[in-house]
Amino acid sequence: MANSAMMIGSGPATTPAPRRVGSLKRLARRRSSIALLLCAPLILLIVGLKVYPTFYAMFLSMLDRKMTKFVGLDNFAFLLDRGWHSFGMVVFQSCLFAITAVIMKALVGFILAHLMHNIRGKNQRIWRGLLLVPWVIPLALSTLTWWWLFDPSYSAFNWTLNWLGLDSIPFLGTTWNARISVIAVNVWFGAPFFMIMYLAALKSVPEQLYEAAAIDGATAWQKLIYITLPMMRNIVLITVLYSLIVTFADFDIVRILTNGGPQNSTHLFATFAFNVGIESGNIPRGASVSLFMFPILAALAFFVLRDVLKRSKEVST
Amino acid sequence: MASRKVSRRRFIATTAVASSALVAAPFVRGAFAAGQVSVFFWDHWVPAGNVEMRKQVAAFQEKHKIEVKADFITSQGRQTLLTINAEAQARRGHDIITIGNWNVQDHADKLENVDDVVGQLTSNFGAANAVSNYLGKSKGKWVAVPSSWGTQNKGPAARISMMKQFAGIDVVKMYPAADGAETPEAKAWTNEAMLAAAEACFKAGKPFGIGLGTTADNVDTAGSIFASFGAELVDAKGAIKIKSAEVRQALEYCQKLVKFLPADAQSWDDSSNNRALIAGNSAFIYNPPSAWAVAVRDAPAVAADTWHFPVPSGPKGRFVPHSMNFWAIWQFAQNKKQAKALIEFLMQPANVDARSTAVMGYDLPPYEKMSQSKVWDKIGPPEGSLYHYPVRKQHNAVSHLAHMPAPPEIAVQIYNRGTAPTMLAKLKAGESIEQVIAWGEKELQAFV
Repeated sequence: MANSAMMIGSGPATTPAPRRVGSLKRLARRRSSIALLLCAPLILLIVGLKVYPTFYAMFLSMLDRKMTKFVGLDNFAFLLDRGWHSFGMVVFQSCLFAITAVIMKALVGFILAHLMHNIRGKNQRIWRGLLLVPWVIPLALSTLTWWWLFDPSYSAFNWTLNWLGLDSIPFLGTTWNARISVIAVNVWFGAPFFMIMYLAALKSVPEQLYEAAAIDGATAWQKLIYITLPMMRNIVLITVLYSLIVTFADFDIVRILTNGGPQNSTHLFATFAFNVGIESGNIPRGASVSLFMFPILAALAFFVLRDVLKRSKEVST
Repeated sequence: MASRKVSRRRFIATTAVASSALVAAPFVRGAFAAGQVSVFFWDHWVPAGNVEMRKQVAAFQEKHKIEVKADFITSQGRQTLLTINAEAQARRGHDIITIGNWNVQDHADKLENVDDVVGQLTSNFGAANAVSNYLGKSKGKWVAVPSSWGTQNKGPAARISMMKQFAGIDVVKMYPAADGAETPEAKAWTNEAMLAAAEACFKAGKPFGIGLGTTADNVDTAGSIFASFGAELVDAKGAIKIKSAEVRQALEYCQKLVKFLPADAQSWDDSSNNRALIAGNSAFIYNPPSAWAVAVRDAPAVAADTWHFPVPSGPKGRFVPHSMNFWAIWQFAQNKKQAKALIEFLMQPANVDARSTAVMGYDLPPYEKMSQSKVWDKIGPPEGSLYHYPVRKQHNAVSHLAHMPAPPEIAVQIYNRGTAPTMLAKLKAGESIEQVIAWGEKELQAFV
């Protein structure tokens, strides 16, 4: 084998020696080097703005209030013990907010993607552009508009309700109204992302599969269950995972709409961490609040990505 | 390019000439010969305040030959707080910072001792108020200089006509814009009188604009009411006192009061009460004169009908909600001497008065003699509306910060979590006093 390779290949005895090139040029010619070089700014950004702050937050979470003494996992123990009265509510609200919002976003995105998919030609581009607007506007700005719509005293929604002869609704004034309001705003903001991802996935499903299914007499429902969903599975999983992580970390909506109220009933991990860490001057405990979901989300990401990888391998073989 | 070789002899000769020239040269005092100092000022709500501050900084530069690098940082989005924390972490930044309320204690171990500056100010201009002493000292030493920049009272601002028409209270007669003894009407301005007025205005469709959210205005109002009953959630030693008779008495009072507050009071933030007054929806709010100042611009008729006066008294007295800004110097600051000189200059009465005048009386100096200035006497419309904005002797009142005198590291948590207004919100939602106390006790256990 080695011999034949030598015969076929360009061994030094049979071919002229290649021109000497500088080691830098050689390095630059390697595709992997160029790839690394092009990715370097992004890697630097991720290391600087994600990896370093994460490890620094871990370090901070193990210090005392004055940040002068190492206290190990005391801050986490506190949250699970004496602090559970408030923190337990934050855990519940964060889970409620993230899970409900992600399910709603996935559903709305899925329906919108199908509607878009069935619009042909130029019109689809127009509708797609319009529906992406909520996702494109900076969240803090659009949430301010929502705040004006929900405002306790001068709500535009309530003005309309009153004009129709109906009573005002305290959108941000009661626990459940406020929780539903912040979830609704998150769904409004995030659904276009799901729509665009699902639309891309739908476009990649081969038409032949649907034609074959139609010949076999499959109903629209059967096509959805047995063709569309399995073909979209990876995209659905990755989108849901990504959105779940981002939604768990949400800050802007609650901060602007309710500031965690009424009666602290809409605090999420991020807003509560800000309240405890920055506003109340206990940065280590704030860091431990913000890191609380990290192991759970990391484990979830591991299993979901493993499943996606496995599925990709199955498809490619 | 040809290179010139420098011989040892030539080098020594040149150096000697240069040194002689330097020594013999006459001393020239440069524009900023006495050094420099960097400072971040809170970006004032009233833009004219920043203009006046810049003018004073320029005057300081001219007089002391010290260059001042001044930044104005807004508190919108907690940017001042984030800046302070970032500088504390990096141990680098401005020499002087504007630092509010609780943050002084959070960073006390990183702040320069300013006993000398405050000592001079108090000996010249009278004692600093109770809140200054509570927040500005650490281990008996001053670590921040009580400043007038953004320091405010949050007492009542009420519509003159509505209070007279619906509640039968003439607030101008009760607190006329003149020095003198406490009027009989002012003596009768008690918690019970406020409750009756709140009920009357509520029935007239102009409820008192007292919010029950977790932001500062709501916390300060609840704190003032609690203090008037002597109700401390946590005492000065850090012990939880939520089950005390005083707290129960305060809650019994508040249980009646919250019924007459707006239906959505639980979701009010610091701007809700301002808008309620300016829009003519509320007869009475607790606020500094910022709501009135906006009304002067946007709703002149409302402004001309608004009067500021002290809080009602309870069994333990009148406790006017007070929010403070300090000027502090980092221990790691490079220009401490210049920083102290700048603070001393800015706290001279003429400068304090000029700034307070520029901001339509919003800023209050926390020193006894300075608060007797004439600045607030004629401000209007209506003329004299702000006469009783500073605490005056005839008020028989004290400046108060919610949850004083609990240890600051505990009080800050109670304050920022909005525990007191949340207790009132629960009462409004229909929970019993026992349920509210039980909830509050669990909440407080996490703070102490």
